[in-house]
Amino acid sequence: MYETQYHRATSVEGAARQMGEAEDGKYLAGGMTLIPTMKQRLASPSDLVDLRRIEALKGVKITGRTVRIGAVTSHYDVSTNVELAKICPAITSLAGHIGDPQVRNMGTIGGSIANNDPAADYPSALLALDATIVTNRRSIAAADYFIGLFETALEPDEIITAVEFTAPDRAAYKKFPNPASLYAMAGVFVAKSGDTVRVAVTGAGENGVFRLEDAETALAADFHASALDNLTVDPNGLLSDLHASAEYRANLVKVMAKRAVAEIASRPM
Amino acid sequence: MGVEGIGARVLRKEDKRFITGKGKYTDDMVVPGMKHATFVRSPHAHARITGIDVDAAKAMSGVVAVLTGSELKADGIGNLICGWMIHSKDGTPMKMGAWSPLATDKVRYVGDAVAIVIADTKGEARDAAEAVEVSYEELPVVVNALDAMQQGAPEIHAEAPDNLIFDWDLGDEAATNAAFAKAAHVTSMDIVNNRLVPNAMEPRATLGVYDSGEDHYTCWTTSQNPHVARLVMSAFYNVAPENKLRVIAPDVGGGFGSKIYIYPEEITCLWASRKTGVPVKWVADRTESFLTDAHGRDHVTHAEIAFDSDHRILGLKVATIANLGAYMSLFSSCVPTYLYATLLSGQYAIPAIHANVKTVYTNTAPVDAYRGAGRPEATYVLERIMETAARELKISPAELRRKNFVKSFPHQTPVIMCYDAGDFDATLDAAMNAADYAGFENRRQEAAKRGKLRGIGMSCYIEACGLAPSSAVGSLGAGVGLWESAEVRVNAVGTIEILTGSHSHGQGHETTFAQLAAERFGVPIDSVSIVHGDTDKVQMGMGTYGSRSGAVGMSAIAKALDKVEAKAKKIAAHLLEADEADIEIKNGDVRVAGTDKSVPWFQVALAAYTAHNLPSGMEPGLKEGAFYDPSNFTFPGGCHICEVEIDPETGTTEIVQFVAADDFGNIINPMIVEGQVHGGLAQGIGQALLEATHYDASGQLLTASYMDYTMPRAVDLPSFTVTNTVTACPSNPLGVKGCGEAGAIGSPPAVINAVTDAISNNNLAMPATPQNVWAALQAAK
Amino acid sequence: MAKVELVVNGRAVKGEAEDRTLLVHFLRENLGLTGTHVGCDTSQCGTCIVHVDGRAVKSCTMLAAQASGSTVTTIEGLGLNGELHPLQAAFREHHALQCGFCTPGMLMSSADLIRRHPDGLDEATVRLELEGNICRCTGYHNIVKAVLDASEKMGKGAEKAA
Repeated sequence: MYETQYHRATSVEGAARQMGEAEDGKYLAGGMTLIPTMKQRLASPSDLVDLRRIEALKGVKITGRTVRIGAVTSHYDVSTNVELAKICPAITSLAGHIGDPQVRNMGTIGGSIANNDPAADYPSALLALDATIVTNRRSIAAADYFIGLFETALEPDEIITAVEFTAPDRAAYKKFPNPASLYAMAGVFVAKSGDTVRVAVTGAGENGVFRLEDAETALAADFHASALDNLTVDPNGLLSDLHASAEYRANLVKVMAKRAVAEIASRPM
Repeated sequence: MGVEGIGARVLRKEDKRFITGKGKYTDDMVVPGMKHATFVRSPHAHARITGIDVDAAKAMSGVVAVLTGSELKADGIGNLICGWMIHSKDGTPMKMGAWSPLATDKVRYVGDAVAIVIADTKGEARDAAEAVEVSYEELPVVVNALDAMQQGAPEIHAEAPDNLIFDWDLGDEAATNAAFAKAAHVTSMDIVNNRLVPNAMEPRATLGVYDSGEDHYTCWTTSQNPHVARLVMSAFYNVAPENKLRVIAPDVGGGFGSKIYIYPEEITCLWASRKTGVPVKWVADRTESFLTDAHGRDHVTHAEIAFDSDHRILGLKVATIANLGAYMSLFSSCVPTYLYATLLSGQYAIPAIHANVKTVYTNTAPVDAYRGAGRPEATYVLERIMETAARELKISPAELRRKNFVKSFPHQTPVIMCYDAGDFDATLDAAMNAADYAGFENRRQEAAKRGKLRGIGMSCYIEACGLAPSSAVGSLGAGVGLWESAEVRVNAVGTIEILTGSHSHGQGHETTFAQLAAERFGVPIDSVSIVHGDTDKVQMGMGTYGSRSGAVGMSAIAKALDKVEAKAKKIAAHLLEADEADIEIKNGDVRVAGTDKSVPWFQVALAAYTAHNLPSGMEPGLKEGAFYDPSNFTFPGGCHICEVEIDPETGTTEIVQFVAADDFGNIINPMIVEGQVHGGLAQGIGQALLEATHYDASGQLLTASYMDYTMPRAVDLPSFTVTNTVTACPSNPLGVKGCGEAGAIGSPPAVINAVTDAISNNNLAMPATPQNVWAALQAAK
Repeated sequence: MAKVELVVNGRAVKGEAEDRTLLVHFLRENLGLTGTHVGCDTSQCGTCIVHVDGRAVKSCTMLAAQASGSTVTTIEGLGLNGELHPLQAAFREHHALQCGFCTPGMLMSSADLIRRHPDGLDEATVRLELEGNICRCTGYHNIVKAVLDASEKMGKGAEKAA
């Protein structure tokens, strides 16, 4: 790791100020991606502004079916939130399967979506849930937020403060992990609210998370796994690497989508 | 057996320090004034070095020195060598290219060391390493063994035209051809054995300390064989004469072969310590380990097997190309030859075998022994082709094997080995019973109802351990003898220290070896200490690899115990005024058999050291040494059965049961033996299902971290069913055969035979990753 | 330089380190607690796991400065009053270690796992939840047995004891 200057923020305003004073700073939350990247000397921020101890950014707040997850809430805290599990078990289950237990203890939802790794789990949930990303300046719809590989609508010094969404009627997330890294090789989040079905895919797209509109249409008409039997996922535009060719990923997307729908069907209403 | 003697499940003496965080590994060593080293490594797989500018790096904060290969050469440090001479079939010696610890003219793989930077902290050393400017003129690259043999392939070493190191033959080609001419059925196949990265969890590390007052060097290192390290560094690398070089291998966090060899880093750090006057520590990070630890396997083979009309094997032909990487590592030449082709007869009576092995250089990390070393490759070839033949002949794979088993011993194979003992029917039966082989068809049908493809596969392996009779390996080209040494020191109060040339890096020697003394003298194992891993303490030893510590290392101890016992009996007979032949040692007492006359063990020891009342002419003391040179290899064998379920939608393989029935001869500590089997199975299953090493065409290692190289995790493996049968080994005093590698040898073909059975497509290479299995399923549609 | 203040294994410690210093290096080099190991560069092997404020984390993926102000337990502090922790005893009893290098991290991870499952564990859960730990020696067979045994022995009081 190159030398860097560490700053601990205690408020969002303070963090923004510290970032403003830094030459080439980066916000640090759980650090689960940033620190390994720095260790490999692939990133060399002059300053790190640590957000993880800002109390205002922690915790899950539920009002009716409206959910607000503070940006530095750990994956573990999301996964074990009993109230959240009652209205949106898909998101607690997703959080409970990110990385490994130690990653879940440190990693945060804000850090995950700020980084927007194409194989991260949360982006698919937020896109399928039509969530809002709240920053210290504005609110951004998930559809406008995720732009490409590691690319988001965030300005360099902007801070995510929370994620908000309305719990869907029913939802499920299924992923097929990369056998080595455990990141999603294909992860599909299916959310149904009323007659609207949204299906978002992570781990597979060359441009990061995307919606699978053919599946949404088919499921809106008939919300059963079998409705996807004839779905064709186009390998064009999908990632291809040592562990999964685009064709294999296309297959996994379809299989994971079907399994997510089947899981919803198997769950008591 | 006593509660702590031979055969007892004794808990490990060494565990306490490991479970409380008090283990002492090389990276835990701190000496005054110690500085930290980073190696500048080639980012290119093949390039000429046209210049090295170290000025900017030397000027950086905290930097003590930046040293290059030309300075190392100027000080007379020698090139690394391969210590086993192989001659090609035309009689010419193998073509060994020069390997300088720090490259001077050319780099030949990504990770090749070019310079060493020494600084106050590891961070500063790394900062400065980035400032060393090496100018390269890139050369064409070849990473694949078959490509390296093509006309016009880039030449990696001037010493080896066409990149061919040797073209070696074993067996009778004419007799084998004649056997094939009579065949009723011939099965042939191409078989690839995938390259693996050893990945001991402790990365390699070394601390070199030069003491100018004594003109003496100390080398702490992550080694499986510190004495061999000292020998080689003295005799070939001119680091220091043996009496001025102490090598210490303290707690070592796994080896699996990769810590047998002497690498450039130990040599360079020792030399650099003298050059700079400061102790120099280097610890590999994991990516360096991936790039520079000697890899394993990487064979491409064509095999043919001939049967008569009664399904008896008539002959076997094997042609293998082995990729040895960019340089010949210490034992690289013997792995694809004498540790491979000599095992191609497997458990079968095969009248004629012919094997040809060509080894080649490529622009990849050096390849050497990795758990099993040659024997897994032989077993994979033979057990894949036997399974395939059974499918072609439409007969039970178990019965085809059984029909061809060697049934009487000793059995001379056509490929050097003479099997001394075994009972292959017994291990096959034990495995089939434990696996409920007969009930498989019902389980397959039940799985099909759940949409799963269920398959079963077996592998009947034999391996050669206890390396090995020195005269035999000497005649085959080995540069060293493969005996082992031991010294048993009985202290004046009766406690015992056993010094051994074997090295424990997870095998539990501190317990198992102590059990030998407990068995012999009836003393508690807590009163027995095992001393190993330090050339200043133990005189000479050959170290631990090839499952030799039991068969050879413990035999040496047994021999030394014989001598101690004989002297103790003489002393006791004198003290008890009895005949020496009537003395027996039991439960810590030395007694006259059939009487109540006895003297406690510690009094015999005390008498040896007070020397007040010893038999006339006897020297004081109770300490004996022994060197044991085995009379033969040992031949563990067994049968592994794997049962899998495959999810056809994703290609995911789940191992639903894995049975290993092994014959390791007599067993000293069954708990430790089972642990060795479990670990070997995990590595074998890892090879079969998970672990792939990929270089791209430019020689970059794509799988250089755990982000891309799939290590077996707990969730990837089942609980294993491990059982054993016993035929005692007649070739050593303890009747033991060795158990360290069997798991990794027997399991890969069992897994792949099961997966190919499940998917009804025999054309599947390791590792059977979900993607590969899914693709094979699509191809079979 | 960063000022680092921690409570490690019950003892308040202070030190200075470069801002880039990882917690694992602070523990090993500044405090001499060499039971915590480094086995990879990508936060996957788990040999560096310690507890920070009661939760298992990979100390190779946390800056010492980030941890400042926290309570840290390392393998050296897992046992209670000089006695082996039930997990340590179970690892020995079941031969759940060979070379010992992954063992400290495996133990710290398992202690956290048992704490999170006070109602008990099954084999599948243990295997899944050890995702963050790699062992090259044991094939995990005996590790899984040891964790299940310790979990059972610690019973409902697991949350407290861990």
